[in-house]
Amino acid sequence: MKKKLVMIGNGMAGVRTIEELLKLQPDGYEITIFGDEPHPNYNRIMLSTVLQGDKSIEDIIMNDWEWYKSNGIQLYTGEAVVEIDKQKNQVISDQGRVVDYDELIIATGSSSFILPVPGSDKKGVVGFRDIHDCEMMIKDSEQYKKAAVIGGGLLGLEAARGLLNLGMEVDVIHLMPHLMERQLDETASGMLRKELENQGMNFLLEKQTVEISGEERVTGLRFSDGSEIEADLVVMAVGIRPNVQLAKDSGIYVNRGIVVNDYLETDVPNIYAVGECAEHREIVYGLVAPLYEQGKVLAANLAGIPTNPYEGTICGTQLKVSGCDLFSAGEIGDDEGTKSIKVHNEFDGIYKKIVIRDNRIAGIVLYGDTKDSNRLFRMLTKREDISGMTSVSILETSGCCGGGEAGDVAAMADDELVCGCNGVTKGTIVDAIRTNELTTVDEVGGCTNAGRSCGRCKSLISDILAYTLGDQYDTSAKKAGICGCTTLSKDEIVAEIRSKGLTNVREVMNVLGWSQEEGCSKCRPAINYYLGMINFEGYKDERDSRLVNEKMHANIQKDGTYSVVPRMYGGVTTAADLKKIAEVAEKYDVPLVKLTGGQRIGLFGVNKEDLPAMWEDLGMPSGYAYGKTLRTVKTCVGEKFCRFGTQDSMGLGIELEKKFERLDTPHKVKMGVSACPRNCAESGIKDIGFVGVDGGWEIYIGGNGGTDLRAADLLDTVKTKEEALEITGAYLQYYRETAAYLERTAPWLERMGLEHVKEVLADENMRKQLNDRLDKTLERYNEPWQEAISDNGIKEKYYQVRKVTVE
Amino acid sequence: MMMQETMVRVKLADYDSLPVGAGQAVTVNGENIVLFRISNGEVKAVENRSPHRKGGTLADALVSGKFIYCPVYDLKISLEDGKVQAPDTGEVKTYHVEVIENEVYITI
Ligand SMILES: Cc1cc2nc3c(=O)[nH]c(=O)nc-3n(C[C@H](O)[C@H](O)[C@H](O)COP(=O)(O)OP(=O)(O)OC[C@H]3O[C@@H](n4cnc5c(N)ncnc54)[C@H](O)[C@@H]3O)c2cc1C
Ligand code: SF4
Ligand code: FES
Repeated sequence: MKKKLVMIGNGMAGVRTIEELLKLQPDGYEITIFGDEPHPNYNRIMLSTVLQGDKSIEDIIMNDWEWYKSNGIQLYTGEAVVEIDKQKNQVISDQGRVVDYDELIIATGSSSFILPVPGSDKKGVVGFRDIHDCEMMIKDSEQYKKAAVIGGGLLGLEAARGLLNLGMEVDVIHLMPHLMERQLDETASGMLRKELENQGMNFLLEKQTVEISGEERVTGLRFSDGSEIEADLVVMAVGIRPNVQLAKDSGIYVNRGIVVNDYLETDVPNIYAVGECAEHREIVYGLVAPLYEQGKVLAANLAGIPTNPYEGTICGTQLKVSGCDLFSAGEIGDDEGTKSIKVHNEFDGIYKKIVIRDNRIAGIVLYGDTKDSNRLFRMLTKREDISGMTSVSILETSGCCGGGEAGDVAAMADDELVCGCNGVTKGTIVDAIRTNELTTVDEVGGCTNAGRSCGRCKSLISDILAYTLGDQYDTSAKKAGICGCTTLSKDEIVAEIRSKGLTNVREVMNVLGWSQEEGCSKCRPAINYYLGMINFEGYKDERDSRLVNEKMHANIQKDGTYSVVPRMYGGVTTAADLKKIAEVAEKYDVPLVKLTGGQRIGLFGVNKEDLPAMWEDLGMPSGYAYGKTLRTVKTCVGEKFCRFGTQDSMGLGIELEKKFERLDTPHKVKMGVSACPRNCAESGIKDIGFVGVDGGWEIYIGGNGGTDLRAADLLDTVKTKEEALEITGAYLQYYRETAAYLERTAPWLERMGLEHVKEVLADENMRKQLNDRLDKTLERYNEPWQEAISDNGIKEKYYQVRKVTVE
Repeated sequence: MMMQETMVRVKLADYDSLPVGAGQAVTVNGENIVLFRISNGEVKAVENRSPHRKGGTLADALVSGKFIYCPVYDLKISLEDGKVQAPDTGEVKTYHVEVIENEVYITI
């Protein structure tokens, strides 16, 4: 008979404990888990990223339903345990379910602390703790404008950033004079505040909230100094409170948390506690790294395997808000017993402070440049004696001898932690890389869990990959970003194609010794692109090596339907075209008609069988909304209608779009044309943007409004439209020839250097050659929708769905 | 044992009509299947559903040897046993395919 293990709480610490247990003893227990949330186990840390729009809820599920099933775990979700009967060894749920246990783990985590001020029960007041809170905020942001976040700590700032992204105005209210005062000193905190203010947050410091006003729903806040603000959404991020009521009611010893010893045992036999609900040596932890360490010890304990006791953890923290690189650990303040090393480079926005006590690092604050965090944190946790080191060598990794990151990795002992969140050591990672022939950080995560929580350790994992694989890593995975089928870098492949005169994808893979004979979804589209770029006259595109959207000439949606976006040159359309789009939308019952961010009309949710017929009915060219190519040219109305415009922005936009449409580029390209510096077409965040000035155009390059925002750099000012088109051609071609596949112009420009690109484009001869090659390339394209309509072969191969009926 | 009794062999397509390099979606009494004629000439059939939690179809997958890459989430899936390759996990149903003369049958 297997022993029965019951766990209350289906969160990060608890499920990690079970994972560890399954590794040690796959068949030791019959396991039952209760979780009062309706979801399988998810990565709570990533809720901030969900709120900030970088991930969806599905993306943060860590163990899906299938995982529980395949490990034989009985999971009850949406069901809370309300009673523990210590005499009968049973737990009882709010649905009356009674389950026996031999061993019981309490892993109930904690809840948001809600300030007990009048009005805190009003609608629109939320904590920031779980998926439900996150969904509420997202929903409210669609309806309301003004958010107030109470709490200027880690959680509060991450929530505030998310709400800004959701389009709300955000006030952050903080009791103390400094943000994140527990992690940052005054200087760093000031820098953080400035950065966040630049991002659009508004701070009200040294404010104590005394009342939340409103009838049913919140309308504002009142502070102890009598001042008030308006708010339609209030997020409380002032702290957490361990969920201990159940344990307390069951007669288990509770202080702030459920008190446990070094083996996570409570004072009741066979009952354990782990995670944020547990108190160990008078500390309740609120970060995952220590909880995972606890889980490991508890799992070994349950598996009956001798293990070292859990003795507590020093934690390092960082903020998951882009633009704010900060790291903090240990003591951050100074006193008589400490000396500190400080570096403050205001110009670059970098601040570093290392607190030293008894010749050992006792605390770290890094702002603006956190690449040394792993190394310093290691010195801190290992209590390394630094008496022999100079302050420079403490702060700088790469000394005069060029030791650098790899040297740093080499010096790490095998048992040193790389990923604090998941407790993965260097030795484990190196082993996994060797045994499973891993080449990417993601693969290392897949095998070892390293890097899958807060992500802070990813750069170190990448260094370990480089160190373990040597040149192989450098050329294949890291520098070139080309796949596991080859060890060749992008530059080497391009050179081989040129020197050997290779002409098709298969040939490249054959001749260059690909390990997977027909390549993969990473290398095939890349090779296809490089071939087309090099053999610019008459290259026969390989449709089956295209990524799905380009292969189908429509964007695939998450349910397998597609979207159709016709061209609308420069964002200009006609009544007749609008009518046609409306008719087609009606005829095919298109579920969503939406204006896209690129000033066009998108028809979403189309079945793939319907695509060719719809294209035919529309009778318009493809807008390439799916392509690694020129997507759109956004324009303002300009001189024709706007009272400020000095130039014909629509005219230039249309001409640009007509000239460069369909061109294959390493990644998508977007353009913008504004007729005056008011810049209504947002030309400063486009791959190439034009701003009309009196007597000419300013040209900006390398901007990006996507994930990694980048303001474009001024390339040149020209007088005429013709000059603008000529420079655009040369710029696009130079990008086509030198970028890696899937590298956008923003990172490309940073890699190449603005000055270099300027120089190339200033050279008249060079410009001419680039334009020549570009013009020849442009000749080879056809309108893809038209092609599909008139070619039955294409229609049948890509768009038909056969139907077979059997009796 | 139920299974055995209800299994039938169904003709799905002419072998010649199957293109190499792109999947062909077929619905058989409402069941969604996708056929792949791979470069060595064999025909493979799997259920036309991406194993990713968000769903999606597999017909437009990129085909490489005996593997396909899910078009929606880029999972690498074996056409032999339907298994998703590490570091991802999951599985899709596979079907037994026979090519007799010029006709492609599956057992369903
Ligand atoms: C937005 C956000 C960002 C964060 N960012 C970071 C970060 O960057 N780095 C970091 O290290 N940590 C971060 N954390 C903290 C981290 O998520 C927690 O430390 C961790 O989740 C705690 O794990 P746990 O298992 O103890 O509790 P939880 O993950 O909270 O799990 C406990 C579960 O038990 C359930 N439960 C409670 N009572 C019962 C009952 N009676 N019956 C059944 N189920 C019950 C709860 O509903 C919950 O699902 C963040 C947290 C949040 C909310
Ligand atoms: S960018 Fe200038 S010209 Fe164009 S719409 Fe705006 S204000 Fe008018
Ligand atoms: S340290 Fe957080 S994921 Fe590795």
